Amino acid sequence: MDAETLQQLINGLVIGSVYALIALGYTMVYGILGLINFAHGDVLMVGAMTALQTMLFLMGVAPGMSPVAMLTLALLVAIPVSMLIGYTMERLAYRRLRNAPRLAPLITAIGMSFLLQTLAMIIWGRNYHTFPQLISTTPLQPVEGVFVTPVQIVIIVVSALLMIGLTLLVNRTRIGRAMRATAENHRTASLMGVDTNAVIAFTFIIGAGLAAVAGVMYASNYGIAHYGMGFMPGLKAFTAAVLGGIGNLGGAMLGGIVLGLVESFGAGYIERLTFGFLNSSYQDIFAFIILGLVLIFRPTGLLGERVSDRA
Amino acid sequence: MPTEEKTPLLQLQALQVAYGGIQAVKGISLELHHGELVCLIGANGAGKTTTLNAIAGVLPIVGGSIAYEGKPIANLPAHKRLRQGIALVPEGRGIFTRLTVEENLRMGAYTRRDRAGVEADLERIYTMLPRVKERLHQVAGTLSGGEQQMVAIGRALLSRPRLLLLDEPSMGLAPLVVEKIFEVVQSVSREGVTILLVEQNANLALEFAQRAYVMESGQITLSGSGAELLADPKVRAAYLGELDEPA
Repeated sequence: MDAETLQQLINGLVIGSVYALIALGYTMVYGILGLINFAHGDVLMVGAMTALQTMLFLMGVAPGMSPVAMLTLALLVAIPVSMLIGYTMERLAYRRLRNAPRLAPLITAIGMSFLLQTLAMIIWGRNYHTFPQLISTTPLQPVEGVFVTPVQIVIIVVSALLMIGLTLLVNRTRIGRAMRATAENHRTASLMGVDTNAVIAFTFIIGAGLAAVAGVMYASNYGIAHYGMGFMPGLKAFTAAVLGGIGNLGGAMLGGIVLGLVESFGAGYIERLTFGFLNSSYQDIFAFIILGLVLIFRPTGLLGERVSDRA
Repeated sequence: MPTEEKTPLLQLQALQVAYGGIQAVKGISLELHHGELVCLIGANGAGKTTTLNAIAGVLPIVGGSIAYEGKPIANLPAHKRLRQGIALVPEGRGIFTRLTVEENLRMGAYTRRDRAGVEADLERIYTMLPRVKERLHQVAGTLSGGEQQMVAIGRALLSRPRLLLLDEPSMGLAPLVVEKIFEVVQSVSREGVTILLVEQNANLALEFAQRAYVMESGQITLSGSGAELLADPKVRAAYLGELDEPA
């Protein structure tokens, strides 16, 4: 493998892990409610902006604080705030629409997305903010010609740990079993004594927590944050969830990684592929080409089962 | 023998339930005493399943009352009624097809915190249903209909119900399997669990039940002991497939 290929592979894994974390939130909510929560990307933004606000505050009151401690504290604020946002959305908006036709919650989700973005714009303004890169972005060169930054390594490791943790939660714990039972049939789950409303709220909370971490990692990697930053990764993670088979946790992880790799390799080679007509700033088209192709040729996604078994 | 003064375990009074825009249950009253095995028979669409669903709390009532151990429960959500000891094995079994057999059974014990008790009950269910034990780690969707019904009943028992509601446990099953299921139902009944059984197979149900109610278009039209109803010419004609004349 030449250095360029290896470099694209690493870049793809980094962005792919972020997509995978976000995609998990989409797919869990879809699995349990059949709802595409289009505001999920904006929860990521809330996570990143809250972390930013926390860091700025800490820099003011404790300038000598170590970067790791500061990042940890920022996450400890950003995660619960995002979880609260996720819970509130479900409790105030989606729960009332539990038995409404499917279009109503979908439109409501788009409305929630606008609402969160607008609130963020009011609080943090329209500008791009510099996001403190507390983990070093000085590239290491493990192989001649291949660069990887410490923040990229952290992203891959943290994402992997969170994905393992989530898999264990869903497959090995009592609440995980209740989530899967509720996803399959709300009514029967309630006959088992499961408070399905609580399980659904829990699902939103977990998804929002993952999104908050993804948001902080995304902003740390690019060094910027603003009120609209959740839109594009949200849309791409949705694509990843569809690619993997929406409703399927393994599918969301696989879809995220695959999408990250396609984007990274696509960006690397697009100029050569189009004889210089397009350059790497067009890398976003790959996600949407994939979304189109999957929806046309394999709407159930890579690992998806029949979609029709969910009313 | 239940005395007159003793509070029934379950008492429905003038219960009305709507389902799918129509009033499927039009004011029925019935009661179950502790330890009884009572069956509810009637044609398709008579409102039997709707009645069970209303008792279990998955359908709201529109009139009348449901009292359990003398207390009204019509406002409790389904998951809280299970905690009170009411378990429903729903029509069509309600197996979680993507969960394993063992996970399905453990869902029955979802509300229980006594681990040792749950493990002991699981063992008891395995001895009662040996075929289930061989398939514990299989995804439940791969089981046959009879096996799924066994799992559904075993799962309901794991909540240690005091009132067990069974909705057509014989539906779509071969006669031998039905026999086996009724043996299980009887042994559960002998252990003191109060059972309300909805059945289309009236012959079988009346043979097993101590008392029975006949439902027709959302109303209870007849009631009596199982033996009485088995001998009733109207019942024989309507539900046992016999001509309306003395046998």
